[in-house]
Amino acid sequence: MTTYRDAMREALREALIRDDRVFLMGEDVGAYGGCFGVSRGLLDEFGPRRIRDTPLSESAFVGAGIGAALGGMRPIVEIMTINFSLLALDQILNNAATLRHMSGGQLSVPLVIRMATGPGRQLAAQHSHSLEAFYAHIPGLRVLSAATVEDARGMLWPALQDPDPVLIFEPAALYNAESELPRDLGATDIDSAKICRAGADVTLVAYGGALRLAQAAAEALVTDGIDAEVIDLRTLRPLDEKTLLESVTRTHRLVVVDEGWRSVGIAAEIAARAAEYGYYELDGPIQRVCAVEVPIPYAKHLEEAALPQVADIVAAGRRAVS
Amino acid sequence: MNGSTLDKDERIELLRQMVRIRRFEERCVQLYSAGSIRGFLHLYIGEEAVAAGVLSAIGPEDAVVSTYREHGHALARGLSMSALLAEMYGRATGCSHGHGGSMHLFDAGRRFYGGNAIVGGGLPIAVGLALADAMQERPVVTVCLFGDGAVAEGEFHECLNLAALWRLPVLFACENNRYAMGTALAREHAATDLALRAASYGMPAWPVDGMDALAVADGARRAVESIRAGGGPCFLELQTYRFRAHSMYDADRYRDKAEIARWQERDPIPKLFAQLHASGELAEDALVSLQAAADSELDVAIAAAEAAPFEPVGDLTRYVYTERS
Ligand SMILES: Cc1ncc(C[n+]2csc(CCOP(=O)(O)OP(=O)(O)O)c2C)c(N)n1
Repeated sequence: MTTYRDAMREALREALIRDDRVFLMGEDVGAYGGCFGVSRGLLDEFGPRRIRDTPLSESAFVGAGIGAALGGMRPIVEIMTINFSLLALDQILNNAATLRHMSGGQLSVPLVIRMATGPGRQLAAQHSHSLEAFYAHIPGLRVLSAATVEDARGMLWPALQDPDPVLIFEPAALYNAESELPRDLGATDIDSAKICRAGADVTLVAYGGALRLAQAAAEALVTDGIDAEVIDLRTLRPLDEKTLLESVTRTHRLVVVDEGWRSVGIAAEIAARAAEYGYYELDGPIQRVCAVEVPIPYAKHLEEAALPQVADIVAAGRRAVS
Repeated sequence: MNGSTLDKDERIELLRQMVRIRRFEERCVQLYSAGSIRGFLHLYIGEEAVAAGVLSAIGPEDAVVSTYREHGHALARGLSMSALLAEMYGRATGCSHGHGGSMHLFDAGRRFYGGNAIVGGGLPIAVGLALADAMQERPVVTVCLFGDGAVAEGEFHECLNLAALWRLPVLFACENNRYAMGTALAREHAATDLALRAASYGMPAWPVDGMDALAVADGARRAVESIRAGGGPCFLELQTYRFRAHSMYDADRYRDKAEIARWQERDPIPKLFAQLHASGELAEDALVSLQAAADSELDVAIAAAEAAPFEPVGDLTRYVYTERS
């Protein structure tokens, strides 16, 4: 069995071995081994030139990643969590995402930024948010969410091959998740959403940490005689509209699950696309299961109440087919 | 002359660059008033010695990171007047295909990395370019130009710390023109000795008379030499002044006329010309010829910009992502 953490570390190792332009930098990625243990051992193996501990300077080291990409390197920048990425949002939005366009196509920024995201560990508001929608909003970025051990292993290399800036979101609650990886696991197809479970009655769309909830809900819905299809969005920008609409065309019902907030979020975008382009395929209102509109609280019962739970998704699935 | 290390040709070249930049921008004012160019227009008039002097100290393999007040930087870096003017006219032949405008001039071939309208936004990019060069063992320097206003941004601290920590080859060239838009130096900084602040990060840092092109060029050479010798980053505080308002939208109510006049007496162009004339290196009419040469370069550039095609609207979404074959 391989953990999500080990899978990501293997992906990093592979990238560092395959291309000497690749290097990893971020807070505590070296001596400490990564605040989630992802890069443990890499400093010993690759040395401080390629596994670079940075000061607590999100804007400077993310921007330095942009400059290094412009200068011919293939940096992987790790931001401890999405909550702190806001200190570098200026660099990501105003530089990484725009330099190509502002320069009339002269510059490109082949940079990968990885960060942990999401709730579930009682860390309270400043460590629990799912702000992927902020980044999915921005033209010029490719935004990936690794919901499975397979994708933690297979997503980094294609992200590094992309000539434009790519963000990879790693749900912090998943680092200990385990899975048996096939020996011949190839690169993840980062252009497409993935149908994780085929079904005929309702489409459950999720990404990141919400995917396992959707999968559990699909299993629970079987006892109601409801056969749910589960889709992992995987790429939040650009969205794979085709897979989504084809699924809705088969099932005619849609539930969107999102650990982010409902207002102006990813679930809103998915629902809008389904309504815009799949309206006549839908046999009932689209259901959204999202985080309650509060900063995520500390106390366990409150945190659970704020976040989508399997039972909420099951209920939404039932409503969708009723 | 003045103990300058520059030879005669180099001194004349400094003057020529300053005259080109001055004439270019004076013409921009006319074009702006005529409505030919729009957007924000940040003039560099008065500060030419900084661009001409600092950029004379580096070679084509070095990198430059600039700000929104960058016409002077771009011209001194070797971008053509046509490339700049076509950009400001929004034409396809502009150096950024009309997507950038006055504040976003780029030339990848000349390692001229913009053109950044976020105050302080270029500093991390400069650190990263220098990191890439250092990691690839290229013996080159990145020049990062920014204003005194940027020194108040958090990125200034983050980037000087990081560059000094990693001993990266960056020349931090701070254009201290004493104002961030309408806010005077003493009203934006608790400690107004900017070189002293930079020195606290453990890098060589010193003030330079930014109204004296020779002093700037000499200072920049010294700094670049120290960086190339592996000494890590350097910081120059170029003490200068802009004779014009912050932008064309600024009524300039925050400075009194006497202050502006005092600085205009130190105008770097007549100053250098007078020195070169006094030493017999330039004839009485040399300044006029340099101006005439700049003007004809401008006439050609304006005619070309006006005749150039607009970037097709069909290309609106080009250059957002890299085109894949
Ligand atoms: C982050 C940010 N804040 C505010 C502004 C608005 N603004 C544009 S220029 C400027 C003043 C900057 O002064 P300085 O860095 O000294 O450069 P100068 O204009 O004097 O060359 C301000 C406040 C901006 N562009 N970016």
